[in-house]
Order: sequence, then structure tokens, then C-alpha cells
Amino acid sequence: MFLDGRMTALSIVNLVYRWPRQQAVCLDIPRFDIAAGEHVFLHGPSGGGKSTLLGLLGGVAVPERGSIELLGSDITRLSGHSRDRFRADHIGFIFQQFNLLPWLSALDNVLLPCTFSARRLTRAGTAREAATRLLTHLDLAADAWHKPAGELSVGQQQRVAAARALIGRPEILIADEPTSALDAPRQQIFIDLLLAEAKAEGAALLFVSHDERLAAHFDRKIALCDINRAGTIEP
Amino acid sequence: MRAILTLAVKSAWARRLTLGVTLCAIALASALLFAVERVRHDARQSFTQAVSGVDLVVGARSGSVQLMLYAVFRAGSATHNIRWESFEAIATHPAVDWAVPLVLGDSHRGFAVLGTTPDYFRHFRYSDQRALGFAAGQAFADVFETVLGSAVAAELRLEVGDRITLTHGMAEAGPGHDDKPFTVVGILAPTGTPVDRSVHVNLESISAIHLDWVAGAPLPGLAIPAEFVKKFDLQPKEITAFLVGLKNRADVFRLQRHINGYRGEPLMAVMPGVALDELWQTLGMIEQTLLAMSALVVVIGLAGLLATMLASLNERRRELAILRALGASPRELFLLLTAEGLLVTTLGVAFGLGLLAVGTFFFAPLLQAHFGIILQWRLFAPNEWLLLAAILATGLVASLIPGWRAWRMSLADGLTPRN
Repeated sequence: MFLDGRMTALSIVNLVYRWPRQQAVCLDIPRFDIAAGEHVFLHGPSGGGKSTLLGLLGGVAVPERGSIELLGSDITRLSGHSRDRFRADHIGFIFQQFNLLPWLSALDNVLLPCTFSARRLTRAGTAREAATRLLTHLDLAADAWHKPAGELSVGQQQRVAAARALIGRPEILIADEPTSALDAPRQQIFIDLLLAEAKAEGAALLFVSHDERLAAHFDRKIALCDINRAGTIEP
Repeated sequence: MRAILTLAVKSAWARRLTLGVTLCAIALASALLFAVERVRHDARQSFTQAVSGVDLVVGARSGSVQLMLYAVFRAGSATHNIRWESFEAIATHPAVDWAVPLVLGDSHRGFAVLGTTPDYFRHFRYSDQRALGFAAGQAFADVFETVLGSAVAAELRLEVGDRITLTHGMAEAGPGHDDKPFTVVGILAPTGTPVDRSVHVNLESISAIHLDWVAGAPLPGLAIPAEFVKKFDLQPKEITAFLVGLKNRADVFRLQRHINGYRGEPLMAVMPGVALDELWQTLGMIEQTLLAMSALVVVIGLAGLLATMLASLNERRRELAILRALGASPRELFLLLTAEGLLVTTLGVAFGLGLLAVGTFFFAPLLQAHFGIILQWRLFAPNEWLLLAAILATGLVASLIPGWRAWRMSLADGLTPRN
């Protein structure tokens, strides 16, 4: 529950996961913790079970054995519906690219989590204000707010995705290669913006990437192969 | 739940072009189905209400359906006439209460002219034993007087006192009887039957306008002015058909046999109810086939919806994964797709009904003019509710399939779509 005197945001104990109808173990993680508000860089090559781990953390898959505690509750013991609710209430996701619904405006994309989670709507205060504040902080010009998300540049889209993950102050942020579609100078700018906002909102951040050069500004850097005893390749 | 439904509408709007085409197909298909059902229902209504209180319709021997068509519905024409003596012989039969002769063959601007006697207005019944009523004026008493059906008067804007001329045959441009105009003396109240579309005149008038005619054409060099016609014998020698009412309905089969075996000339008597049933048996097959085909068109329209949605589902795989990451459950994604399908179906049917209303407005007069079918202005008959429910139920089934696919997909994909 506690790590270095702080409450844990995430705590994995003795997790074992196998793909359906497969013999080989995909993930075997004896122990992995992230403290509340901690920013962790998880390094792993593509196809090393990263997506599977994120699916388990998001509660869209269930491990064969072991527990996954998020903010003190073991989500492996929750029903499918409760895991969906938990994800909506407490986790913000950012993916590689195509994070947005292209037919909604940038602003409406940011507001989406508030329509799925009453908790995040409450925590956002005035949702529209919170959304425009986040977009401003993330350096998205106001004239882009009302454009359909599909018309924005990739860099703009990733910043909208970050704002969406942050709105309603979820305790946990999970970013899966969010910079891989950006060119090198913009990658570091995006990471700095993300880290600054995560810090301001007090969220724990799990940043997953194959690119070690991005790890510089994180509290901690871990390689997936160090925590995962099963060295298998994802199908 | 509400969030998902709002998203369903917005997402559908984003794909409005493809879904719009599908929606149009569903609209046209359901309009067709409702139109066929409505025409079917109203045709039956119009036919069965056309005549009642008449025990036998008598004409030259042909088919009973054909006899009904020309004698009651003013459609088609008789192959043979019957002699006046035959009419008199049967009219004076002890079982007969009344007999009304009918002469057809002339027209006024496309409306059939019926030569008969004033008794027609007394004995003829339609719908549920309802007698004919006058909206204005009274029955004809003299030659060159006419009583118009309500539709004739309304469409040609004729009033009591106006004068009209008749045309020989049913064609509007046929040879005219312009030398002997008729005065409108009465206009009948609307009945919703072929009576509305008939021009009624005295039997003698029909003889009078044909005095100087032979074999369907005016005799050259012989013109008898209207004021002299009464000097001639205007008793018709032939009539087209006649209606018979009995003193006792139990005699109907006996009299029918008597007429069918009449020695003077080949005659045929039919009971209107039986003949109408026979007519419906002939039309029933066509009617059922039409309905089945329209139902099939609706199914094809909904199959188009299914195909469109399944095709779009692959492109939307990422969209589903995004919604999933935001906290949507597989059940909600199932709802998202099903709601979209139902939305398109419902809107399609609604547009179809709108189309039907507009179509009825424009085509009802045509249908009435050419087939004597009166389309009713009404909201929904019980069988149409059933049809509506059936379309929506089929639409729901078609929508459940993409919903089910989305559900399966979201379970397999989790947060990262594989494509």
C-alpha cells in the first residue's frame, strides 16, 4: 500500500498472464509499484508485452493469477462493469496516435471523459473551463479548439489527447508511446508539457516507450524485461 | 447511457452521406410497402361498398366479374346488349319487387353516362344499405335533364342549371351529341362509390340523342332537332343491364336459375356479393404477391443498412477502442451500434410515411378517376400499425448484428485495435 512513505498509485503482486488458448506465459511480474504522483518511464521493445500490461492495468483483461491494486483496490476482484467504471473514474490514457474521435471538435474530445464519469465531471469543476485551461496550458491555440479533431495536425492531436487524459484529475495517467508520431524536437516539448501538467494535477504517470532517450526527466526508469520474468514475444 | 446515445447521433451525423443513402432506401421501401397495403385495403373497401340492397345484377351472358365491372364499376364495356322485352319479362316476374334498367356507352368529359329511370335513385343502395341522397336539386323527370354524381360536379365545377353535352363512347374526344345539350337538375351527395363519377340521365334521353344515329355515327343528311324528339317513340329497344330487387330474398337462387335459363336470349344473373368475392379471389393472388414483394423490398433496404454498418465497423474499430479506454463497457458499444441502426430505421420509416402522405395527396385523385378506388385520408389503420411494428422489429434485428460484432470486437481488442 505504501512506498517510501507515500501511498501507492499502482501495485502489482505475483501477476501471471497468458494469452487465451496459448501455452507460453506472456507476463510474469512478481512485484511492480508506482507511488502516488510518481512519474515512471517504462522501457520495452515493441512486442514485449507492453500493450498486454496496459490492457491489464486498464481492466480490459484479467490476469490468470496475482493482484493489481490501483489506488488501494484490487481491480482483478472487480466485475467487468466495475472495472470499466474504475477506468473511467481514475485513469487517463494517451496512445501512440489516432487518440481522438475525428468527428468531434477538439474541445468536445477533451470533455468526453466527463460524459463517461460523473466523478471526473465533479472533479473538473466547470468542465468547459477546465478543458480550455488544459488546452491553453498544453499550448493549443484557441482557434483550433472548435475544429473537428480530424483536421488537426498530429502534434495538436496528441496535445488534445493529453488534455483529455488529464481532465477531471484522474490519479493515474498511462501513456503508450505518445510521442512516436512526433518529430524529435517536438517529442521533448510534448513530454515536458505532459510532465508539468501531471505534476500540477498530482497524477502518477506511467510512460511506456521503446525509446530510452526520452527517459531523462522522469523520477524513475524501469525496463519491462527487469520486472517481467517471462521473456516471451507478444503474438 | 445518455452519453452513448448522444455519441451515436453525433457519430451517425459524421457519416451522414452513406447512412443518408441507406436511409433513403429504407424510406422508399417502407413508403412502397405502406402504399401497397393502403391501396389494397382501400380498393377492397371501395369495391365492397359499391353496391348493396341489390339482389341480382342481370346482363348478357358473359363472365360474372365482367358483368359486375361494367354494370357497377363503369369499367370496361358489355359485349352484348339485352332486349327490352327480356327486361320486361323478368321485371314482371312475381318474385321481383323492383327492376331498374341501365344503359351505358356514352360519356361526358370522361365520366360515364348512365341511362336509367328515376327508380334508380329510390332503389339503389351502397355501403351499409345507404340510399342515395341529393346534395342539390332533384331527380330527372324529362328528357335532356341530368343528375350528376358528386365528384363529377366538383371536378367540372358544375351546378344545378348548368348545361352539358354528351359524347358518344367513353373517349373524351369521341363524336359529340352537341346538338342536344342537357340541363343539370340535381347533384347527388358523395357516396365514395362509382356513383360519384357517373352522369345520370333518363332512358328516353339516351334514345333521343341517338335518334339520328346509326351504328355509332350520325346519319349524314338527317338531323333531328331537340325540340322534335318527343314526336318519336323513345322507348329503348335495348339496354345494357338491369338491377333486380326481390320481394323475398329467399327466392334469389330460384330467380337466378330462371334468368340463366331464359329462353328469349342468353342472359346471366349474378349476386353482387358472390361476384365481388369472386373478383377478390382473382385479385387476391396479385394482391398478396404485391404485398410480399414490397415486404421483400423493405428487407432488402434493411439488409443494405446491415451491410453499410458492418462495412463501417472495420473503419470504426479504432473509435470503439478509444471509447473503451474512456470507460465504455462492451455493453455500451453494443448499444452504440444498435442505437445507430434503429435511429436510421426509424428515421427512414418516418420519411417513408411522409413520402406516402405526399404521394397520397397527388395520386389519390388519379387512382379514383381511373380505378374508382377511393384512398382515405387517415392516420393509421390497425393493420398498418402491425406493418410498422414489423418493419421496426426487422430493423432492430438488423441493428443487433453490428451491435453484437462491436461487442465481440471490443472484447478481443481491448484498448489497442488490431488492424
